[in-house]
Amino acid sequence: MSVPLLMFLAFVGLTLVVTFWAAKKNTGASAYFAAGRSITGWQNGLAVAGDYMSAASFLGISGMICFSGYDGFMYSVGFLVAYITVLLVVAEPLRNAGKYTMADLLAYRLKPRPVRALASLSTLTVSTFYMIAQMVGAGVIIKRLIGLEFAPAVIGVGILMLVYVVFGGMLATTWVQIIKALLLMAGAFLLSYLVLKHHGFSFTAFFESVSKADYGGSAPPKNLLEPGLKYGVAVAGPWGPLDLISLCLGLVLGTAGLPHILVRFYTVPDAKTARSSVVWAMAIIGLFYIMTTFFGFGAATILKKSLILTADGKPDTNMVAPILAQHLGGELFFAFISAVAFATILAVVAGLTMSASASFAHDFYTNVIHHGKEHRPGEEVRVARITAFCVGAVSIGIAIYLGPSVNAAFLVGLAFAVAASANLPVIVFSVFWKRFNTTGAVVGLATGLVSSIVLILLSPNGMFGKAGAVFPLENPGIVSIPLGFFAAWLGTVLTARDPEAEAKFAELKVRAHTGLGAEKATAH
Amino acid sequence: MSEKSPVNWEQLESKPEFRSMLGHKARFIISATIFFLIYYLALPVLVGYWPDLMKKKLWGEVNVAYVFALSQFFMAWIMAFIYVRVAAKWDKEAAQVIEGHH
Repeated sequence: MSVPLLMFLAFVGLTLVVTFWAAKKNTGASAYFAAGRSITGWQNGLAVAGDYMSAASFLGISGMICFSGYDGFMYSVGFLVAYITVLLVVAEPLRNAGKYTMADLLAYRLKPRPVRALASLSTLTVSTFYMIAQMVGAGVIIKRLIGLEFAPAVIGVGILMLVYVVFGGMLATTWVQIIKALLLMAGAFLLSYLVLKHHGFSFTAFFESVSKADYGGSAPPKNLLEPGLKYGVAVAGPWGPLDLISLCLGLVLGTAGLPHILVRFYTVPDAKTARSSVVWAMAIIGLFYIMTTFFGFGAATILKKSLILTADGKPDTNMVAPILAQHLGGELFFAFISAVAFATILAVVAGLTMSASASFAHDFYTNVIHHGKEHRPGEEVRVARITAFCVGAVSIGIAIYLGPSVNAAFLVGLAFAVAASANLPVIVFSVFWKRFNTTGAVVGLATGLVSSIVLILLSPNGMFGKAGAVFPLENPGIVSIPLGFFAAWLGTVLTARDPEAEAKFAELKVRAHTGLGAEKATAH
Repeated sequence: MSEKSPVNWEQLESKPEFRSMLGHKARFIISATIFFLIYYLALPVLVGYWPDLMKKKLWGEVNVAYVFALSQFFMAWIMAFIYVRVAAKWDKEAAQVIEGHH
C-alpha cells in the first residue's frame, strides 16, 4: 500500500474512533443536535473555523489565486471580514432566542408553520450548494490519492460522511471540526514555510517573484499582485468590476446566513460564549487566509504549467495546494496535505449534513407536518438521519454532473450569495424590526432564494453558457440581496399588522439582548 | 421552561435600564456596521474602477491593492477586539435588567 493511502486510512480510523466515542455519550435530541450545549468558547471557535474552512478555502482559493492572482485573494478577504457581520448582528441574539435551528428564531414571534417550511427549504438549498463544492473537492483528492475515477471517488466520500453523521450527531462533528481545524492550520503553516524557504525566507524576494510569476519558467511572466486578472475590464469586459463587487457583497453578508455556521452557536452555554467563539474563530480563520498568500501566489512562482493543467489543458483549479506540497515536500508531505484536505472536506460535509438534516427534521417534519409534537420518542433524530442520506445523495449527483474542473471557491461563493439573499434579511428583520410579520418573512425568504438561484442559472455559467447569458454577472448578490431585503419589507408593509407578532417582539428583544430564559446547557 | 415562565416581558422591555442598554448597543452596532461595510466594499470598488491607483507600488513589489486587502484582516480583528470590550459592559447592564428573574 502506498504511503498516502496509509496516512489517509489512519486519519479516517482516528475520526471514526472519535465519532463512536461521542456516540456512546449521546442521548436525546439536545445532545444530538446541539452537543448538549456544553462546548466552551475556544472549542466552539475552533469548531466554527473547522466548519467554515472547507474545500473552497484550501483547495479552491489556492487554485483561484494561482491562476487569477489578486482577484482570487478577494475570496480570502471576504471570507474573514464576513465574521464581523456574524459577530455584530447574529451570533448572540441567535444563541439567546433559538433552540436548534435558524428557523427557531423566526418562529419565535411569527406563524411557525409557513416560516419553518420556507426556512428549512432555504437551509436545504444552501447546504446542498455548499456540499456540492465539498464533493467536487473530495472527488479530485481521492482521484489523485487512490487513482479512483472522479465519480466513484465522490460516491465513496459520500458514504463515509453519512456514517459519521448517522452515528455521531453534533458532538461528534464538533470534535471532528476541532481536530480538522488544528490539522488544517498545521498543513497551511508547513506549506507556507516551504514556499518561503524556496524564496530564501525573504518576503522581498517572494513578492518580487510573484510580481513576475512565470509558473516555474513555463509561461511568460505576469504580475499576479495586480488586480484585474479575473474581474478586470480587459479580461471580463465592462461588467467585470461590478461582478467583483457583487461577489464581495455576497461573501461579506453570506456567512451570517449560513445554516451550518449558525447552528454552531447553539452548542455553547450562553451568548457570551457565542461571542468569544466568534473571536476565536476569527483569529484562526484570519491567520489561515493570510497564509493563502504564500501557497496561492507561491504556487504560481514554483509549479510548472504542465503540473497544474489537466489532461485536456484546462487549469486543474482544485489541486494546486496538494501538488505544491508534493513538489516542495515529497510524497510524505503530499500524503499529509491530502489527508488534511480530505479531513477538511469530511468535517465540513458532516457539519453541513448535520444542519440540513436538523432543519428538516426539527422544522419541517416535527413542526410543520406534526404541529410541533414528536409522535414517538426519537423520531426527530431518525428523520434527521434519513434527510442526511437524501441531501448527501443529491449533492453527490450534482457534483458528478458538474465534474472535477469547477472551482470549489467559486461554488461556495454562490452558496454565500444564496444565504445572504434568502436568510439574512429575515434574520435581521425579525430581531430588529417590530412591524415585521409572517407574510414579510415568507415573501423575503422565497424571493431571496428564487432570485439568487434564477440569476445563477441565467449567468454566464448557467444554462445558456457565456454567449446566451441573460444576466451578465457570475455572482448574483448585488441584485438578489437587495431584492431579498426589499421583498421582506414590501411583504410586511403591504399586509395587515400582526398584533401577536408585535406583542412578542418585546419578549424576543429582552431574550435576545439579555439571555433571560435562553436554553440552558445540559449536564453531561 | 420558557413557555411557562411567569416573566413579564413587557414590563422588562419598558424598564429604563433595558432601554438605555439597547440604546448603547444600537448606537455601537449601527455605526460599527456602517464603518466596516464601507471600509470593506471600498476594496472591490477601488480595485474594480481605479485599478491604476491600486497598482501603485508601496514597498518593493507590494502594491496598494495588496496592502489594502491585508489591512482588511487587521480591521476585522481590531473590530472584534473592540466589540468584545464594549459587549462586556452590556453584559453587566443586562444582568441588572434581569436581576431577580433567574
